[in-house]
Amino acid sequence: MIDDAGIVVAFWILSATTVICALMVAAARNLIHAVLFLALTFVGVAGIYIVLSADFVAVVQVLIYAGAVGVLMTFAIMLTPGADRLNSSTVFQAPALVLSALVLAVIVFVALDTEWAISDRQAFSATARSLGEAFLKPYIVPFEVASVLLAAAMIGAIVLSREEPEDERAA
Amino acid sequence: MSVLPDVVLMTLELEQVLIVGGILFAIGLYVALSKRNAIGILMGVELMLNAVNVTLLAFARFIESPRPIDGHVFATFVITIAAAEAAVALALAVAVYRHRETVNIDEIDVLRW
Repeated sequence: MIDDAGIVVAFWILSATTVICALMVAAARNLIHAVLFLALTFVGVAGIYIVLSADFVAVVQVLIYAGAVGVLMTFAIMLTPGADRLNSSTVFQAPALVLSALVLAVIVFVALDTEWAISDRQAFSATARSLGEAFLKPYIVPFEVASVLLAAAMIGAIVLSREEPEDERAA
Repeated sequence: MSVLPDVVLMTLELEQVLIVGGILFAIGLYVALSKRNAIGILMGVELMLNAVNVTLLAFARFIESPRPIDGHVFATFVITIAAAEAAVALALAVAVYRHRETVNIDEIDVLRW
């Protein structure tokens, strides 16, 4: 439980902003506007991380999500200029709405119904050091696998998106 | 009463953060299932991954655990994998666009039998 009034007010403001921006991602007419609202959502989520005293993850969120993923998506939209820029829906709009409402209902029910083992821990102090120790001691193998995966994904993305040279196309 | 937290909004409980995460997840699910543009679908997936991270960090903050920092480790891994996934998926979208002049998922039907 957090009872610092400032943090609680900040949480509600950030949550309202984040949820409204996420709704605008679904509602925006123009795909570019949807991406901009998505970037705002990412920043709002980073704020929620700070409320939960996860400073390192919040910084990573701003760097990677709001920065890299936002720019990547903007680029992908601009590299597909002839494609439909309307943020339109398929015929599955109504079933998708029903399904996500059901999922939300189940999540809310489970969150309220479970007896959580709440601890009386205080906010984390700076987490970067203990995160680094966790990455290099118990989580060393997943950490290394993640770096290999990132390299593979990067090479894969380059291979997928490069133009085929003329001589290869003729062969 | 045990089910609802004492709804004084001046304290922040685990349940409230979980519900915000759930709302974000539901919006992401709706976007991913309903959008016609492949890049729009990817936006929904990213929203869902963010919602999961919110709940992971909420558990790390509030739940009794011998190693509370593990939630942060998982969240960092999720962010890493999401970045790799976004790069590959957007490269796929650009590659499909080069051949078909569209990224609308209901027009990409070469695999339809």
